Amino acid sequence: MQDPTFAPVKTPLRRRLFRLALGLTLALLLIGMLQPVQPVRDQLKAAASGKSSPASMTPKSPAAYAIDHSIDQAIQAQGLHRCPPADAWTICRRLNLALVGSGLSLEEMRWLEAYQGEDLVGAWTKRLLADPRCSDYLAERLARAYVGTAKGPFILYRRRKFVLWLAQRLREEAPYDQLVRQLIASEGLWTDQPQVNFLTATMDEADNGRADPNRLAGRTSRAFLGMRLDCLQCHDDFLGNSFLGDHGSPQPGTQQHFHGLAAFFAGARVASNPFSGLRDDQAEHRYQRPGEADPVAISMQVPYGASWLPEEGKPRIRLAAWVTHPENRMFARSAVNRFWAILFGKPWIEPVDDLPLHGPYPEAFELLVDQFIQSGYSWKYLVRLISSLDAFRRDSRSEAGQVLEEHERLMAAFPLSPLRPEQIAQSIHQAARVSTIDQDSSILWRLEQFFVVNDFLKEYGDLGELELEGMSETIPQRLMVMNGKLVDERVRGNPVVNATSRMALAPTPQAIESLYLAALNRKPTQSEIDYFTPWFDSGNPIDATGDVLWALVNSTEFLWNH
Amino acid sequence: MNRKESMIDPASLGCAGYQRFRSRRHWMAQSAAALSAASSSAWSPLVQRLAAESPHPNRSAPATNMILLWMQGGPSQMETFDPHPEGDGGEQVGTIETEIPNIAISSWLPESAKQLGLGTLVRSMVSKEGDHERATYNMRTGWRPDPTVVHPSIGSLVCHLLGSTTTIPAHVSILPGEWPSRGGALGAALDAFQIGDPRNPLPNLLAPTGDARQQRRLAALSDLLEPQFEEGRLADLDRVRTQHRSSMERAQEMMRSDQLEAFELAKEPEEIVQQFGDQPFGRGCLAAVRLIEAGVRCVEVELSGWDSHINNMDLQKGQCQVLDRALAATLRELERRGLLDHTLLVCSGEFGRTPQLNPAGGRDHWPVGFSSFVAGAGIAARNAIGATSAKPRMEPEKRMENVDRPVTVEDLHATLLTCFGIDAKEEWKTPVGRPLAWSQGRVVEAMLDRSRF
Repeated sequence: MQDPTFAPVKTPLRRRLFRLALGLTLALLLIGMLQPVQPVRDQLKAAASGKSSPASMTPKSPAAYAIDHSIDQAIQAQGLHRCPPADAWTICRRLNLALVGSGLSLEEMRWLEAYQGEDLVGAWTKRLLADPRCSDYLAERLARAYVGTAKGPFILYRRRKFVLWLAQRLREEAPYDQLVRQLIASEGLWTDQPQVNFLTATMDEADNGRADPNRLAGRTSRAFLGMRLDCLQCHDDFLGNSFLGDHGSPQPGTQQHFHGLAAFFAGARVASNPFSGLRDDQAEHRYQRPGEADPVAISMQVPYGASWLPEEGKPRIRLAAWVTHPENRMFARSAVNRFWAILFGKPWIEPVDDLPLHGPYPEAFELLVDQFIQSGYSWKYLVRLISSLDAFRRDSRSEAGQVLEEHERLMAAFPLSPLRPEQIAQSIHQAARVSTIDQDSSILWRLEQFFVVNDFLKEYGDLGELELEGMSETIPQRLMVMNGKLVDERVRGNPVVNATSRMALAPTPQAIESLYLAALNRKPTQSEIDYFTPWFDSGNPIDATGDVLWALVNSTEFLWNH
Repeated sequence: MNRKESMIDPASLGCAGYQRFRSRRHWMAQSAAALSAASSSAWSPLVQRLAAESPHPNRSAPATNMILLWMQGGPSQMETFDPHPEGDGGEQVGTIETEIPNIAISSWLPESAKQLGLGTLVRSMVSKEGDHERATYNMRTGWRPDPTVVHPSIGSLVCHLLGSTTTIPAHVSILPGEWPSRGGALGAALDAFQIGDPRNPLPNLLAPTGDARQQRRLAALSDLLEPQFEEGRLADLDRVRTQHRSSMERAQEMMRSDQLEAFELAKEPEEIVQQFGDQPFGRGCLAAVRLIEAGVRCVEVELSGWDSHINNMDLQKGQCQVLDRALAATLRELERRGLLDHTLLVCSGEFGRTPQLNPAGGRDHWPVGFSSFVAGAGIAARNAIGATSAKPRMEPEKRMENVDRPVTVEDLHATLLTCFGIDAKEEWKTPVGRPLAWSQGRVVEAMLDRSRF
């Protein structure tokens, strides 16, 4: 009989499973050390899912470190040097331009100057994200992609209401997927349910109260999926521009792909009783094939990922679920690329609404997409994450070597981009004021700013919904900034209206410093003070302040995001 | 301070970055020599750059310039160029014969009636756009709005293809309304330069300060701020990205240009000013003629206020009184100054108005059978195309039956481009690489005087 002391011990099943799991985990970790991408993604998922409070991301989150690392690797692979970190005030100016549409006021610069904490940029980001100007401004930027800038049908469309609704939803931190579902699937009266204007914006008098399915299909694919399918409205793709179909089996885009999507909107119409607003009927969608005599009917179908489409439900609710399905990465990619463009002045992948369904995408971009999905599509989380990246905080200049366009493309340098027209107008207007023009300002100041910006835009021009496709300055635009009414009124000696005129009363170095802070959001160098001081000493100081401010607002440093 | 006073001796400028050109006349005198010494430098003479900007500098065709008299709001064809006294559309305007055989127009346009024989009246214009903004886009560009591309207006397109020979803008919009012509996908540089009533000072072309202050402002940019900003940033920053110096330089050239005199109506005899009508639109039309004379490629003059949903008859009558003198005088002066041979004149709105009055005595939007008038450079004279029914069917699906020989907005564009020698079917690439024809319409041969080609 065997001594029980030496008898083989029968390991309990639970312990064996535990050991197996431990071994597997160790093996995975080892593999992970050799192949960093997948564990990085896992870490990021964990970081995001445990991230109940995005605000806790400052100082930098593990997700930001991982994305920085991936961007750095791409830079190193090309043998490029990186620009050093920009100073905190420059980064705050970038944030202001992106989130409220103007440079910082002198009042805000003094706040930065007085800040004693460690993470100035993080604190400023937090402050801006809580500012109602931020949701208002972002709502206008997003509305351009969702409904354009046209005034639209007179009775059936209220763009202003739509933008206000959007701003409210952003203020409420509505998850981005939820917000988009509301837009696509909305029903009711456009005045009572402003999101309905997403659909009524496509109506015109000739359409007999029916939304335009083709325009809505194009809009949905561009604004929410970052894909241009519009060419497929009239013909199959013959240029190799559009590949659809599921992962692993790309297919050239066809008219059927486009019109299958349009079919989801075919029933959207304003009922005969206008007080019931927009509802769906059973209308079918028809389209014209080239060379065929009559239009053909088509049923609802999606151009890829059919398994994500719910089988039951109203057409637009089904479509909204498909567009925002967590596995539909084009939805998250599109949002990430658009918010990136708002913060950097240009999209990561250009153009902003022509992303390839089947890739390839930079690894860091995909990490960012993962994070956005894991965060529950929180737009504020996304803004915080992007603004915490080294890429966003890098300088646009370097002493280590020449900066080339390649540096900008790989995020080794912050890209230089021209201010958008409304950013120019608001920044000029703000530069002549000491106080920030915001919700706390008098209604007169706010109205003045509203009209000033509108007048400027009308004359200067605006790309509308194609705002991210770049805009080079024209000679008439240059003349507007040199000699136009807005700049002249803001730099003219007028101590009652222009705070800058009152700065002339201060000792010269302080006056020059205040002008620099108000316009360029930085302090002047000693050589700059020396350059301008004679203007004050040998003439009228009010004229001198006006002339300094004119020079500053006409400079590239003012007119470009850097 | 006037422009002459603002001219500066180049030798007095210390800044190399803002070196000035001598007067444009001097440049034009030396243009041949300058062209032979062409270089691609951003600092190359103006004439070289202007020539280089034209992708098709050697086109030969009747038209080289265009005036668009833009009737914003949708004029009623019934009260302007296509009255139907025999119809049942309610209150009717009288008619007056024109030099075009068998064509009578509204008696509210008596002066224009005398000049109409200079061109072709199209009474069968059709489009699919019944909203002001979309229809304006459609008529100005020849394309329906497409969210993926902003099509250039015809003026921008012509300026792009034929280039510029002036130091003042090649494309000018006088009295622009909400939607002035834009360069769209061809670039904002082709946007129309906007001015108001020519009686007022030109916007943005005079420095608001004295010369000395202006010079120190400019010097601060060139000597201090710009070089400092460029340091350590993108290589060749000004040329490859910001173009700050070159745009400052060209802006100042424009401010000093002798051609700005074209805007000064005081140089015209009072009698001529009165012929055009001494109100903003009339003055705008006279300025347009002067600008064409000075070499400006395309000018548009807007007369807004045609949107007569209520009280149509009074409103249209008032508008016609303004239009009549100005249109007639524009045609007369273009011909008298020898400009009509190479200048296209187009007079149109974005659509017409319903043939029947609504209960408020107004007429609503009507894009199916409205009128456009075209004259000059390659367009047949004493000519009319199309007709509309005196007793139109109003059912949506029957409306096209009211129009004889329909001419689409797209067809009109293709025809106008032909006058400029532009092949409407020729393709260009939008910024995203999408091939696009200049126009999707078909040339209306009946509008053309082929002996001019």
